[in-house]
Amino acid sequence: MDFTPHTDAQIGAMLQALGLENLADLYARMPAQARFEPNLPLALDETGLRQEVAAIAQQNHPAQRGFLGGGIGPHFIPALTAALTSRGEFLTAYTPYQPEVSQGVLQAIFEYQTVIARLTGLAAANASLYDGASAVAEGVLLALRKTGQNRVVVSQGVNPEYRRVLATYLAPWHCQIAVLPLESGLTEPTQVEMAGVYVLQQPNYLGSLEDPTAHAQAAHAAGALFLMVPDALGLAVLKSPGEVGADIAAGEGQPLGNPQLLGGPHFGFLAVKSDLMRELPGRLVSETKDKNGQRGFVLALQAREQHIRRGKARSNITTNSQLQALAALITVVALGPQGLAELARGSVVRTHQLAQMLLEIPGLELASARPFFREFALKLPWEPGEVRYQLAKQGIAAATPLPEEYGQNLALFAASELHQTAELEALKEALTEVLA
Amino acid sequence: MKDFPLIFELSQPGRHGVQPPKVEGPELAELLGAENLRAHPLDLPEVDELSVVRHYTNLSRRQVGVDTNFYPLGSCTMKYNPKVNEEIVKEFYQLHPYQDPGDIQGVLRIYHELQGFLAELTGMDSVSLQPAAGAQGELTGILMIRAYHAARGDDQQRRVVLVPDSAHGSNPATAAMAGYQVVEVPSGPDGQVDLVALQDLLTPEVAAVMLTNPNTLGIFEERILEISQLAHGAGAQLYYDGANLNALMGWVQIGKLGFDVAHLNLHKTFSVPHGGGGPGSGPVAAKTHLAPFLPVPIVSLGSEGYKLDYDRPQSIGSVRSFFGNTGAIVRAWAYIRMLGSEGIRKSAALAVLNSSYLKHLLAQVGYDSPYGESMHEFVAQPPPGLNARAVAKALLDRGFHPPTVYFPLIVKEALMIEPTETEAPEVLEDFARALAEISALGPEILARAPETTPVGQLDEAAASRRPHLTHLS
Repeated sequence: MDFTPHTDAQIGAMLQALGLENLADLYARMPAQARFEPNLPLALDETGLRQEVAAIAQQNHPAQRGFLGGGIGPHFIPALTAALTSRGEFLTAYTPYQPEVSQGVLQAIFEYQTVIARLTGLAAANASLYDGASAVAEGVLLALRKTGQNRVVVSQGVNPEYRRVLATYLAPWHCQIAVLPLESGLTEPTQVEMAGVYVLQQPNYLGSLEDPTAHAQAAHAAGALFLMVPDALGLAVLKSPGEVGADIAAGEGQPLGNPQLLGGPHFGFLAVKSDLMRELPGRLVSETKDKNGQRGFVLALQAREQHIRRGKARSNITTNSQLQALAALITVVALGPQGLAELARGSVVRTHQLAQMLLEIPGLELASARPFFREFALKLPWEPGEVRYQLAKQGIAAATPLPEEYGQNLALFAASELHQTAELEALKEALTEVLA
Repeated sequence: MKDFPLIFELSQPGRHGVQPPKVEGPELAELLGAENLRAHPLDLPEVDELSVVRHYTNLSRRQVGVDTNFYPLGSCTMKYNPKVNEEIVKEFYQLHPYQDPGDIQGVLRIYHELQGFLAELTGMDSVSLQPAAGAQGELTGILMIRAYHAARGDDQQRRVVLVPDSAHGSNPATAAMAGYQVVEVPSGPDGQVDLVALQDLLTPEVAAVMLTNPNTLGIFEERILEISQLAHGAGAQLYYDGANLNALMGWVQIGKLGFDVAHLNLHKTFSVPHGGGGPGSGPVAAKTHLAPFLPVPIVSLGSEGYKLDYDRPQSIGSVRSFFGNTGAIVRAWAYIRMLGSEGIRKSAALAVLNSSYLKHLLAQVGYDSPYGESMHEFVAQPPPGLNARAVAKALLDRGFHPPTVYFPLIVKEALMIEPTETEAPEVLEDFARALAEISALGPEILARAPETTPVGQLDEAAASRRPHLTHLS
């Protein structure tokens, strides 16, 4: 099947108008050696597709009440979020290059920028990036451009996925990347050599709260810009990047209104102090007036971007994660200041309840420093991948294996505001059984 | 008229919105220590649920999309996005990337099958679905080329990437982001790469040549096999920007045109909705000699089912977290499953037919195209005395989203038009009539347009001079 509206008669008439006999004539000048007819599975209609997908989905075991963590998880998403983001006007538009008919997307970006700036306590945010990892990489590139330095200091507490992406983005630039090791689960704010940027995740990958103010001072003493990687829900309740002296905040936005979806699409947020605003990569929307004095919104400072600046652009980014950023905006404003803080609190409380329960199991040790936020690491008596597998067999998604750089047999756990006490107890029971 | 409100202006202190789940337990200061908590309450609007729904519903009505209007934005392939795909993707919402692989075999099967479909459609050997958008796919491909030269000990001198002067801006921006010096290749009088100029530029310093084919003028680069031979003869790799694959899908395998690595845009060619500027998805397809450098993980099929393969020592690493934009991947897979081989070929051919037909209609009303035969898109110029911006603004009053304007840079007053295959010929005829009407309008009317849109012409210069990026309450 296909989604073309043409009748056979129309195709015939169009071909005739162009002096062609058949559709293949449109490809007559293509090199013969590259011509082909694809070998794809037989076409499905809408019903057949649904049946096929239902059958395939049977081979998944959804983790709507999982305990896996790693910065991604199931969180409360109000029904109105999907109802509004699925509107065709938002869903099927593209880059708002024609502002008069794109006020919907443009104003939503402006509102999103405002919400992110307020949550991070910084002056300006861009329209979104792909995810937390690429946001951190873009934040680091921004800082290196601004400082003219090529030395990067990164806490080992920064999500290893983000560090892997950062290394990929920095590969062409012959940067020196210094990793500050975790000592007893925390990053020591020690004196470092001159650097361009200093990156700290709060809470760190093991879930523990760092002392970002001390790190901001250490960063600035080294002449570096301080890039903080805050937890999206942490923004609601913890000291904000702006409060602790961060120059840049970059992170993962999924917990704000977006489903887990196997890790994407999500969105990355990036916010900066005012003197870095013109260094931001990607889209920025500004308020302005129309010729009648009405308020309106436009893409601003496009001279930083690839379609104008080409080889001298701040970044190559064009398409980003507009729809996920819209979902976050709508979720945050629908919850309001109290609702958002309450959601974050619920997630922290459930996580602490879970930790308390699991630490009653003989042979388990907490591997995260206290206080931890809404994830924590446990030292297991054996290989965590095997524990995760055994738990999965009982229908529970938990125990994300931590990379060995953090220690032997460590696994990450997280709970969310959606969990019921009975679900926490079920994990405790299953884990007790698996370890027995 | 009153300004359309901002959500912040609807706030009333003490009003509550949606309630999150209630969790009994201690206050955070007790669990985390007061010294770690925010000193000030969050500065967010306090709005009730209906006001949120009404605000964003009304805001959406100030926006056009493919669902509301003809949207012939060149190089963006604004085709219909099947609604059934919005339903089926929900089956995958609750999967977590760190689940035991045994629990996500269904979605990994979709990854693996889509990798195979894209390999088949491109004639390439290996595919990664990781990149989050086209530009990230470009970066992935160029970093792979860089790693390939480095693995051969041939990276020190190869510091240049060649891009045609008609290329998308993301091509030179990508090459620069990957640490390369960008050199432009001029187009010849036929709108295609100038072979003589290319030959001169193909020094031993060149790492890669980036091409879009059909190019941004919609013209198929007919000397592609010679270009490939020249590039490879100079030790360079040939990169394919897949923004325009919709013209060729199912008819031509770009791997057999000599390209070594390519990115595809699932949000253009394969019907994934553009979301107002994302999410996209930019898979990368490579020939065997570049496959070891693909980002990790790759989804592979072994005796124990589908697995995530991270054990690829020559990989460039990862360009984003996890495996890919699953939402886009599922929709693109579904699109290909629905169309099958026949539907894919018919869709590509009708995209070319629609574009050729519209070009033919526009030529009859004074909008000429500067070069010869084009494919799924074309670049037209307004009749003398009329500029592209004026045409675009006047189109807004006639219910059409304008084409891409002032691009590619090598054509003055360019209108870059891509109708796609999902528009009926009646729509194209209406559009041509609107353009004919516009060329008859007087300068005063043109200067005023648009007049029927939610806002009139906006002061973009002021916004860039003194950007106002957040609302100050």
